Amino acid sequence: MYAMRRWTVRNSRNLERIYRQFERYLIRCHPFFTRIGYDRVEVVVRPLERWIKGRLFDCQMCGECVLSSTGMVCPMNCPKQLRNGPCGGVRQDGCCEVLPDMPCVWVEAERGSRNMRYGATIQWVQPPVDNRFKGVSSFLRVARGEHRAAAEIADL
Amino acid sequence: MPRPKLRICKMVFTDEPDLGQPLPILPGHTSPGRLERVLRRGEFAVTTEMSPPDSADPEEVYLRARIFDGYVDAMNSTDGSGANCHMSSVGVCSLLTRRGYATVMQISCRDRNRIAIQGDVLGAAAMGVTSMLCLTGDGVQAGDQADAIPVFDLDCMSLLNAVRTMRDESRLLSGRHLTAPPKVFLGAAANPFVPPLDYRPARLQKKIEAGAQFVQTQYCFDIDRLQSYMAQVRDLGLHEKVFILVGVGPLASARAARWIREHVPGIHIPDAVIERLAKAEKPKLEGMKLCIEMIQQLREIEGVSGVHIMAYRQEEAVAEIIDASGVLQGRVPWSPGRADGQQQTRASA
Repeated sequence: MYAMRRWTVRNSRNLERIYRQFERYLIRCHPFFTRIGYDRVEVVVRPLERWIKGRLFDCQMCGECVLSSTGMVCPMNCPKQLRNGPCGGVRQDGCCEVLPDMPCVWVEAERGSRNMRYGATIQWVQPPVDNRFKGVSSFLRVARGEHRAAAEIADL
Repeated sequence: MPRPKLRICKMVFTDEPDLGQPLPILPGHTSPGRLERVLRRGEFAVTTEMSPPDSADPEEVYLRARIFDGYVDAMNSTDGSGANCHMSSVGVCSLLTRRGYATVMQISCRDRNRIAIQGDVLGAAAMGVTSMLCLTGDGVQAGDQADAIPVFDLDCMSLLNAVRTMRDESRLLSGRHLTAPPKVFLGAAANPFVPPLDYRPARLQKKIEAGAQFVQTQYCFDIDRLQSYMAQVRDLGLHEKVFILVGVGPLASARAARWIREHVPGIHIPDAVIERLAKAEKPKLEGMKLCIEMIQQLREIEGVSGVHIMAYRQEEAVAEIIDASGVLQGRVPWSPGRADGQQQTRASA
């Protein structure tokens, strides 16, 4: 169980690199998406994003993806949905207080961030999630420039 | 342990508030609260925790508070600790401030969303609450109503940030303006004793960036872990940016200790401590002795600004522990009625 999550943590650096390339491509697609209409693109991209990120990260489609500043571990899998680090209830074996068989999302995230080029962005204070974007494609929000991944901001 | 002798002494104090009249905010302070004053003066602060009653009777609150009179600088009021329902921390703190007590209102993210929490912050500040502690909160599975919905709309970090914005920029998360901001001293929790251990100091740093001015830690039973945590904290220079109050408390017996370790989230008790309790003839006294020794060791650590004594269901032991440890060094914290020239009874160790 959680084998895929462990794999993504081990490969966080590569995933970060792939995503950064992908993000540049997304932003470049903005005029094209505008011409087609974002509503139409959303119909295609949303299920695709859900499938890919669901497989890789157990993505919960919060619509405000912060994977690149959380060690490539989805913080929305934390039962308390903490987006700013581990709570004080982590068990001595590194497992979750609420789900004793699950490795703490933030223990994994910290490990993942150590391999990443922009891993230090785990220290950024994340604002509370905007619940209006639940279920919306985060990729397209990036394309529209509404949402920026950590690495992108760090580069600016 | 020999019972301490009682000695009577009379004291005169100058910064006494009239009830309902807040103290002035001193230069460089963010709140009019007594806890901030004590810490900024450089005193070794002592705080404790009172468990709110399962009752609607204010007298029960006062009764529970009175036991700490003259021994603590502030009293935390828990917010549904362990995910169990009790009187709300807003209610308890509002009652206590009527008598002039310094309280630390705990705010947990488990039960309320951002609308409710910001409203409570304003309400409590209006009632005279001057210190607030922002917590994530235990999961609902830990309590007696595991069927409840876990809210966790904010997390402790975004909560700290929200209250700080309210205080410093006079606005809500939505941007809407406040005519009078809540003047509060902002606290956070820290747990240096659970994984990821190496990341915990960085997490403290993040909390400071989010607005924490003081932290109270989880129970410390493992001085070695704390030492290495504090060494990292000092390397980062964090002890100069935040007041660190280390959590301590007496364990009643080896059995109780094992139960706590198994069932209460986030409490780390080394085997050596449990063995010592198991071997002791009078485990309860041994538990207190352990706690006293811990306080004395903590005093010596650079960067530790005080202790937070949590003695759930052993509240009567707190005064004795404080006396025996000599942690107050003859200082007598404020308590209601002492302005009237009432005699203070003070145990001398």
